[in-house]
Amino acid sequence: MSHADFASLQERFAYLTERDSADHLAVNCPAEHLLEFCTALRDSLGYDLLVDVTAIDWDAETSPRFTGIYHILSTTHHNYIRIASDCTDDAEPSLPSLAGLFPAANWHERETYDMMGIRYEGHPDLKRILMWEDYPYHPLRKEFPLAGIEVPFPAADVAETANAKVLPAPMMGGPFVSSADGTMREIEPQAKDESWTEKEEQS
Amino acid sequence: MKSESTTLGYNSKVEGEVVVTQADAVINWIRKHSVWPMPMGLACCAIELMAVGASRFDISRFGMEVMRFSPRQADCMIVSGTVTYKMAEVVRRIYEQMAEPKWVVAMGACASTGGMYRSYATLQGVDRIVPVDVYMSGCPPRPEALLDAMIKLQDKIGRERSVKNLTAPKAAAAAPAFAGKEA
Repeated sequence: MSHADFASLQERFAYLTERDSADHLAVNCPAEHLLEFCTALRDSLGYDLLVDVTAIDWDAETSPRFTGIYHILSTTHHNYIRIASDCTDDAEPSLPSLAGLFPAANWHERETYDMMGIRYEGHPDLKRILMWEDYPYHPLRKEFPLAGIEVPFPAADVAETANAKVLPAPMMGGPFVSSADGTMREIEPQAKDESWTEKEEQS
Repeated sequence: MKSESTTLGYNSKVEGEVVVTQADAVINWIRKHSVWPMPMGLACCAIELMAVGASRFDISRFGMEVMRFSPRQADCMIVSGTVTYKMAEVVRRIYEQMAEPKWVVAMGACASTGGMYRSYATLQGVDRIVPVDVYMSGCPPRPEALLDAMIKLQDKIGRERSVKNLTAPKAAAAAPAFAGKEA
């Protein structure tokens, strides 16, 4: 679908605004119209396959802070549409659930809830999918450190017998990343800051 | 059987069909040649573990081909892969369900130290929840490396006191000393 089609979409859905995109058509849709718009996409415009549900955390200082992202594919026209929907509440973000429209949304929304803390209103079973249920944080939020935060071990009895805790991982100059080009030795995933190894040797 | 150069440690006329030895030597000999591994396959190391079981590398040459997916029937847990905190509970419970005596092999970088996954979700080494007997490097290790580790484990079993689990249960010593040290 080319940009020419945005005009026809906006004609029918006046609340849409166009969104910058490097590839497919992308639109901003207010959260309160999201269900209505996606239902129309699915039932009358042929967008029948929900491919991805994710979200963006812009920053704690930015408002709106969270934006939900949806990628929907038309298996008959072979093109995608990307829908972005801002969460109105920055402290307790929420969006309407698409699980009733696309069964694929069920686990995607659980993952986004787990990682970003966005509540999907109307979701049949909104619980964590990757982290364990009692985990107190949402790890893909901007303020969450990659190494993690010390919390109790998932199972209390195992924590007691094994004397184990959930501890921040030692970053040691990490995260480990791979350089884009270079010899095989250079593109091997490694910490960018390896000064800690030298400090270790000096002491 | 007997030739000119053979020196026998027993007199067959006196002792008959009897060989005198130590209990540890016999028990450990039996144990080390009938290790029943429990494949705790959590990530890509498990693929190499499967290769070790297949014909090219053939772990049955060392008497370890009886992979059992029930902890009740296994005595060596091969932790092959990344242990997340969510899975750590399961790994520990399965370890506890295995009958004594039991051993643990940490296969590959992730099981040994967390590997390249220095993140909020990954246990930084399975030795934080279970006592590890043999650590292996590699990401993933070659099948030969696993065979080498299992032979090292056999050597270790051969040096053990065979009744030590009766006098000092391993589970009591399971708490790794450094858990919680680096907070």
